[in-house]
Amino acid sequence: MAGKVAEEIRPRVARREAATRVRFPRVDRFIPFVVLAPSVAAILVFVYGFILWSTVVSLSRWQGIVPDLTFVGFRNYATIFTSYRFQSDLRNTIVFTVFFLIGSLVIGLLLAVLLDARVRGESFFRTVYLFPMAISFVVTGTAWQWLFVPGTPQEPTGLNLLFQKLGLPIFIAWSTTSEVWPNGGWQPEWLRVPLGIPLAMLPVIIAAIWQMSGFTMAMYLAALRGIPDELREAARVDGASEWQVFRYITFPLLQPVTLAAVIVLGHISLKIFDLIMTQTGGGPGFATDVPGIFMYETTFKSNKYAEGAAIALVMLVMVSVLIVPYLIWRLRTETER
Amino acid sequence: MERTTQFGRKQQFTRRQLIRRTLAIGVALSSGTSLLAACGGGAQPTPTPAPQAAETPAPAAAEDKLEIFSWWTNPGEADGLAALFEIFKQRKPGVEIINATVAGGAGTNAKAVLVTRMQGGNPPDSFQVHAGQELIGTWVVAGKMEPINDLFEQEGWTKVMPKTLLDQISYKGEFFSVPVNIHRSNMLWYNKKVFADNGLEPPKTLDDFFAVAEKLKAAGVTPLSVGGKDKFEVPHLFEDLLLAVFGPADYTKLFSEPSMWESDPRVDEAIEVLDRFLSFANEDRSALSWADAAQRVIDGTAAMTIMGDWAYGYFINKGAKAGEVFGWAPSPGTDGMFMWLSDSFGLPKGAPHRNNAIEWLKVCGSREGQDAFNPKKGSIPARTDPDRSVYDEYLLYSIDRFAQDALAPSVVHGAAANEAYMTEYGNALNVFSASRDKKQVKSMLIEAARELKT
Repeated sequence: MAGKVAEEIRPRVARREAATRVRFPRVDRFIPFVVLAPSVAAILVFVYGFILWSTVVSLSRWQGIVPDLTFVGFRNYATIFTSYRFQSDLRNTIVFTVFFLIGSLVIGLLLAVLLDARVRGESFFRTVYLFPMAISFVVTGTAWQWLFVPGTPQEPTGLNLLFQKLGLPIFIAWSTTSEVWPNGGWQPEWLRVPLGIPLAMLPVIIAAIWQMSGFTMAMYLAALRGIPDELREAARVDGASEWQVFRYITFPLLQPVTLAAVIVLGHISLKIFDLIMTQTGGGPGFATDVPGIFMYETTFKSNKYAEGAAIALVMLVMVSVLIVPYLIWRLRTETER
Repeated sequence: MERTTQFGRKQQFTRRQLIRRTLAIGVALSSGTSLLAACGGGAQPTPTPAPQAAETPAPAAAEDKLEIFSWWTNPGEADGLAALFEIFKQRKPGVEIINATVAGGAGTNAKAVLVTRMQGGNPPDSFQVHAGQELIGTWVVAGKMEPINDLFEQEGWTKVMPKTLLDQISYKGEFFSVPVNIHRSNMLWYNKKVFADNGLEPPKTLDDFFAVAEKLKAAGVTPLSVGGKDKFEVPHLFEDLLLAVFGPADYTKLFSEPSMWESDPRVDEAIEVLDRFLSFANEDRSALSWADAAQRVIDGTAAMTIMGDWAYGYFINKGAKAGEVFGWAPSPGTDGMFMWLSDSFGLPKGAPHRNNAIEWLKVCGSREGQDAFNPKKGSIPARTDPDRSVYDEYLLYSIDRFAQDALAPSVVHGAAANEAYMTEYGNALNVFSASRDKKQVKSMLIEAARELKT
């Protein structure tokens, strides 16, 4: 019986579908392209077009305000990579990215776990920790610059004044030294800057972590809330301690969020400009300089467009090294699904 | 495979669902655009100019506007600019003045905006530019400026402006801008009370300086207050020391004969002197701007600072009495030498309101205009025939020195060398300020000198 009814209905449905298709055959196929075309065109021109243009400029000898697109090969790249400033920039970017990522992730996770324990007034604390993210990097940079102006041991200022009032025998002058830790750094023959951690970078890293750890906290908190209680319950029933529950159940399940946070924070830190520009201006002696500032000054202060474009492309490659594997990974997992 | 199944599935959608779905994809993609744009942001070249391009050049008859581009936004200098505008309005009533200022010390931001506008074929009617290589090397050689010889002849400016200055605004025998003012770079500012308490006189020579500094150090006062946050302070100090070591003639040669940086032993001497100067200076300089450093002098926590005479305006604004709280002298070893820099206005090719721009330049070069502008700006006129009654004590001193002293162009402030060199030179000295590595700064200065050839 049932089969018979289905037999009768199916042609009717098919007919109705056919009618629909006859009524809007072209439009159906056309609409996606019409809707997508503007954004695709915009991306092609304003992103990929300009990347291409920057590449052309970076291989030219354009210096000064009149464009000169004579091809000079990789000369500009050679110039920047052998310069003291750019080598310093690369070192600083790596140091900044590593510490900023680790700091933000660890502190963010810690705050999220604490808040996930359903403390009283959780939403209040959540807002408090998240709020620095709403502030512009410019404000953060300016405020932390004031905090880290050392003054003198006799007349401390900023944080040093706080330490003195608290009776702590601490005097930090990180923001005024170009010293590299440890032991002045390690400098191979072919490099012009010592490798290591520039002490002047620490205040910048602290300010950046202060601003962004609330963001990782929010991400982790959402992820923690998304883990079904059953999983943890099951583990507890099996006799796992709280630490083991966290280590073997919760932590692995946070991995996708960690990856997403690394991507978001990583591309911020590789392109950081405003925070460092306002907090240190790249000083002292380029101990906190980054490629973004170098690019801006090369292009707009020295009018060296070709070198500026070369720096920009190196930055693009750095960000790509971070983003592209992630995009490929995402694409693959989506196809699998 | 994926594609066929999608098409296969799509047939089951109603039309409304289909549209909703495509819209969703569209939205997702366009938001993706902004993300991608953010990723590629580093690679984008010069931003496109502000859409003022719509303002097409008006015909000569309907010239009712004048757009002046500058970076004078701070109290004294903005007042001076307004005074110039006032005179222009008296001469050409009914013309609307567009005051296109872009804030930012030494014009860094303004220059970026200006370059973009000029490249986009949208020049202002006239713009502020440092006389010297910043004008010639950047704009004139690029063919972006109109020569204004007739104006110089007609107004008789060649007779009232010093030849050294005229040389710096001319290229191949033609004049390209009108200097409005002169600032002096090589000045020493000191706290009168600190000097009196320690029985000291302002140092005349480099050796005097070291003797004075030793005594001040022993008395527990920071001898020399130096900034560094704006990145021009230590390079500024070094140019004054270069002048002291080389003298005005050879100092100027450094920028026309770049090989001197490598071959002349006096370069090492100057670096040595800078190193000793810095050993008497505050350690926290990279956290201070030049103004913060100057403030310490009037506060009495530091005894001296070496800075251009815009520091004078700063002291007066802070309520410090000239000659009572602070005093001045040429920076050590540069007595009889005047390291100058000058702001000027030029006529860009394709200025939309050319006739008004020419009238504006006449105001800038006039005695009336310069005497209205400079007392407010805290600088001296580029003309040698000012009305002395409108200037105060320091400016009168400076006017006299400008007339007598040997003139030398400032490198940090755009007079002596092109901008590419200025940046490299500044980089070298800012690294030195932190590292104090004499060998390194020498090699970086030699490297920077390569920029002088182009």
